Amino acid sequence: MITLTVLLFARAKELMDRDAVSVAVPSPATVGDLRTHLAAAFPPLAVLLPRCVIAVNHEFAEDSHGLNPADEIALIPPVSGG
Amino acid sequence: MIRLTPDPIDYHALTDAVVRPECGGVVLFLGTVRELTGDVRTVFLDYEAYPPMAEKKLAEIEADARSKWPLGEVAIVHRLGRMHVGEVSVAVAVSCPHRAQAFEAARFLIDRVKELVPIWKKENAPDGQSEWVHG
Repeated sequence: MITLTVLLFARAKELMDRDAVSVAVPSPATVGDLRTHLAAAFPPLAVLLPRCVIAVNHEFAEDSHGLNPADEIALIPPVSGG
Repeated sequence: MIRLTPDPIDYHALTDAVVRPECGGVVLFLGTVRELTGDVRTVFLDYEAYPPMAEKKLAEIEADARSKWPLGEVAIVHRLGRMHVGEVSVAVAVSCPHRAQAFEAARFLIDRVKELVPIWKKENAPDGQSEWVHG
């Protein structure tokens, strides 16, 4: 297992009342695996998760993208800047 | 020039900063806090960003625009924190040799900013209710 820390913003941060969560996932892990484990570990995020993109090291990542504990991972809800 | 700031945006200075001798057109776009969205009244907005990624995306958007138009200078500034109705939340200023390119580039830049940059707004209504805007 590896432990991944995921930064939270906006509604996701509000739902969890914290700005990051950590989740253990079997190694090797992909973004898709992370989504599954996040939804299971943190039910308040489950509804928002399908509408979010996962960013890895400041880049939007596909579900097939591989993850390691050193990555900076963020949950990006639909953006609304401007 | 790319910047995230908690401070009011000096869009006059920003406009001056993009003027170039080889450019005959400058376009400035300002996004301001709107009071009504449909029937929902907003008193103020709270903006939040994921700064390192937002700055990276803004730089990529600028580079993308520069590959499409012969831009002189580009300035994109997004303000973060609390803003009341009428305040400027975002400013895009561009200079180009000709006006058509300047208008097109400014439109492209603000559209991409709204689409790609990890910044979020929360609407705060007169009754104290608040809600994040997530599309």
